Amino acid sequence: MKLNVNYSIALTHILSRKRQTITAALGVTIGMAIYLFMNSLSAGFTKYSRNEIFKSNAHIKIYQDDEMSKPLVTHKDALTVIINPQITNTSKKIINPEALLADVKKQPYITNAIAQVNFDAFYSRGSTQIKGTGSGVDIMDNSAMFNFGEYMVAGSLKALQDNKNGIIIGSGISDKLSLGIDDNITVSSSYGVVKVLKIVGIFSTGSDFNDSSKCYTNIVTAQQFLKEGPDFVSAIYANTPDPDVSQAYVDKLKNITQYTVEDWKTTNADVLAGDSVRGLMMGAISLSILLVAGFGIYNILNMTVSQKINDIAILKAIGFSGKDVIRIFVSEAFIMGLLGTFAGVCTGLLMVKIMSGIYVGPPIGYFPIYFELHIFAGSFLLGLGITICAGFFPARKASKVDPVSIFRR
Amino acid sequence: MQDTVLKTQSVSKYFYDPVKFRVLDDISIQVYKGEFLTLVGKSGSGKSTLLYCLSTMDTDYEGSIEILGKPITGSNIDTLAAIRNENIGFVFQFHYLLPEFTCLKNVMIPALKLGRHSREEIEHKAIEKLEMLGLGEQALKPASKLSGGQQQRVSIARALINDPAIIMCDEPTGNLDSKNSKIVFDIFRQLSSEYGQTIIAVTHDNDIAERSDRTITLEDGKIVA
Ligand SMILES: Nc1ncnc2c1ncn2[C@@H]1O[C@H](COP(=O)(O)OP(=O)(O)OP(=O)(O)O)[C@@H](O)[C@H]1O
Ligand SMILES: [Mg+2]
Repeated sequence: MKLNVNYSIALTHILSRKRQTITAALGVTIGMAIYLFMNSLSAGFTKYSRNEIFKSNAHIKIYQDDEMSKPLVTHKDALTVIINPQITNTSKKIINPEALLADVKKQPYITNAIAQVNFDAFYSRGSTQIKGTGSGVDIMDNSAMFNFGEYMVAGSLKALQDNKNGIIIGSGISDKLSLGIDDNITVSSSYGVVKVLKIVGIFSTGSDFNDSSKCYTNIVTAQQFLKEGPDFVSAIYANTPDPDVSQAYVDKLKNITQYTVEDWKTTNADVLAGDSVRGLMMGAISLSILLVAGFGIYNILNMTVSQKINDIAILKAIGFSGKDVIRIFVSEAFIMGLLGTFAGVCTGLLMVKIMSGIYVGPPIGYFPIYFELHIFAGSFLLGLGITICAGFFPARKASKVDPVSIFRR
Repeated sequence: MQDTVLKTQSVSKYFYDPVKFRVLDDISIQVYKGEFLTLVGKSGSGKSTLLYCLSTMDTDYEGSIEILGKPITGSNIDTLAAIRNENIGFVFQFHYLLPEFTCLKNVMIPALKLGRHSREEIEHKAIEKLEMLGLGEQALKPASKLSGGQQQRVSIARALINDPAIIMCDEPTGNLDSKNSKIVFDIFRQLSSEYGQTIIAVTHDNDIAERSDRTITLEDGKIVA
């Protein structure tokens, strides 16, 4: 009963000035919709670029980094023998990769791990030559990690497993050399090894760069291209349950190996920095639009308080306390804000729905924008919070009205 | 010995704008239960100012005021608001209603705020008060659609809704014709004699002043009679 009277006064105020209420709410609606839209878009872009990253990157990569030869110093005070620092050639390989791979796989926080042998490849047919890179992999494990099977457009993964001299190439290579399934392709490496391999599969990831440069072979084939023995592995890739906290897993893995352990964030620092700058900008712009909407409510309520100063004086004269007056005006802001944010969420949803149906074309496909509950819930609360704050200051001003000074006028 | 409902002790008040001057000068009065007291005096003599101090709305004075035996001087403003809500009905010099609300709702609001009775009871009582003041027909009209005199009577009904111990009026009949003035006067008379409510009314109407229980005359902020 006691609460009711404040709210019913607030409601009457709101209803008796519908146009102002709608104007204020509309400001919030627009601010809210733009805020939601931009944040969904930003999240969509981030998700898209992540997906792109994980097409060719695992969460964690273990490899032997280049080591520089050190100057020979025999003694602290002795003469330094100046030499020309060079990359030491011998250190490139991982010693006993099988054991390390098994070790990595044993870790409870590793969901998946594979070994890769990478080499520079030159694909040729007659006088045409294309430069690219090849990876020797266990194709099934590889597919499990990168969802590679999804991108196969001809042939099969299994065919590579069955054929020691098989190769899976990108669709770009296949087009440029006009070679198809079951054709032979000449591949040479930077170590001068030349092999004729049989095309058992063609993939198309949508990334032009990948499609016209990459190929996959069996591990043994790749080791032969590098003139290396069966011990040689370029890198071990591992996936974890949560890529966001990959750094923690990196720290753990560093305890079991002396090789360089790097997470995808380090490898793709440039892309991620771009993502976070974009996220920050979109967030800042949309937040300021929302704040402007908050100022709209602030303005309208301030005006209401000025116009209703007589009413406030009467309410105080008949026994309403400062707190009651604050409640009345904050409720008015709340009602406007609730209307506005609700309509804003609906509009935002509609915008996201419409945008996500727009086909942009390859490689992106549909516009990368999704409904994400946490963004919507967060925005709803933020919108309400801003409007309540916007309402509080005029309400406090109202609560300080001195009735006597009003009655004397 | 009669019960004292309101008592002031050496209440003085100054205004500083534009120059310092003493608007109330050492006012000490006692008002009793069931008394119909009128305050008279020339315009500018300080009647309204005194009434605002007595009503607890103005706290900027020297001296002390007691209401229903409790000193209220220096109390916290929320406490004072609660005292006003429960114990003081106020009729303003210029009828002040909330324009967006119906007459009925205007009358009900102080009772809804007090929250002592159910909504139905309050509504019933509010209609009773409005009928008593000859406004039964107007109950559901918005307050802004009423004439000045009608609005003044609505504000009297509002002052009565919580059955306050004290009813303070600043020229309650200022806007009324002689017929309605008489109705209001009769109601005040009845409230004080039959229900023991205390009436403190500022008035320029000599007729009313003469027929009240006691009249206090102010001149330049001092009680002269
Ligand atoms: N806010 C103020 N600042 C300075 N002086 C004021 C203020 N309010 C009132 N006064 C002065 O105080 C004196 C008393 O004013 P008050 O309103 O109490 O008179 P009143 O007896 O009610 O007069 P009326 O019969 O015209 O209503 C007047 O001289 C008035 O000019
Ligand atoms: Mg006056």
